Amino acid sequence: MELGPRVIFSIGPVNITETVCFGWIISILILVFAYFATRKMTQVPHGAQGVGELLVGFVYDMVKDVMGDVSEKFAPYIGTLIVFLGFGSMLGLLDLRPITADLNCTAPLALVTFILIHYNAVKAQTAVGYIKELSSPYAFMLPLNIISESMFPVTLACRIFGNILAGVIIMSLVYSGLKTLSLIMLPIPFLQIALPLPLNFWFDMFEPVLQAYIFCMLTMVFIDNGRHPVESD
Amino acid sequence: MTGLTGTDFIAAMSALGAGLAMIAMTGVGIGIGYNAGKTVESTARQPEAQGTLLKLMLIGVALTETAGIFALIISIMLLFANPLL
Repeated sequence: MELGPRVIFSIGPVNITETVCFGWIISILILVFAYFATRKMTQVPHGAQGVGELLVGFVYDMVKDVMGDVSEKFAPYIGTLIVFLGFGSMLGLLDLRPITADLNCTAPLALVTFILIHYNAVKAQTAVGYIKELSSPYAFMLPLNIISESMFPVTLACRIFGNILAGVIIMSLVYSGLKTLSLIMLPIPFLQIALPLPLNFWFDMFEPVLQAYIFCMLTMVFIDNGRHPVESD
Repeated sequence: MTGLTGTDFIAAMSALGAGLAMIAMTGVGIGIGYNAGKTVESTARQPEAQGTLLKLMLIGVALTETAGIFALIISIMLLFANPLL
């Protein structure tokens, strides 16, 4: 059983895998949708503009709840994350490999979040203040705090990767099992028709939305924590 | 037991290890159950806070789940991308 993404084509030593291609396709589709949703905008939205306004309004409200005054600055990044990760994980519905079932897709996004957290923390409380916060409550806690801080992007990347990959494995097991079962009776895999629908709903619709939401939520909470350190008494 | 090579032995032990790694899921199950139970308790005490509590519960579940996800990744690595073979 081959688990990794297939290589579509290679440019020299660089392999362009399914993950990269589907990532491009999703980005282009989102761009095209955004372009057509913002042409000829009207006071009363209808069609694509309505869907776009719903999504943008949802993201801005969510970010405002967590981050407060600077929400306008971070909302575009959070919105991009939630749309890209959500649709990227839902590719299983089209019988394609979800792009987030590849650590190469989730790790860079987690790294961007990591850089954002620490950049904003240093910007909000200066480098000295940030080191002082990291070495609280005692100075010898500094290495431990640095290790725990640097584990955060690893857990963030592994969480969505592990969840979606587990879904991919379970779905492929279920589909091949149903195929074998139905081939005993008829030469067509008729059992695959509607039986896996609940599993599809769980692993390809609910789980992606939940994981994308959690990814964004943790990003927001940690950026906010870095900007407003907990007052130690 | 004549045709058993070293590679076979490592593969067999890796399969065992993959199963053993998933024992970590017991702790994760207990943790998530505790989390959900406390959320139900809080909702019963203060039904109007249900939306906030649900959001907090989902974040807590995700954080709890991480330990189990690490175990899952280790067992998947042992089965499909074994560094020892």
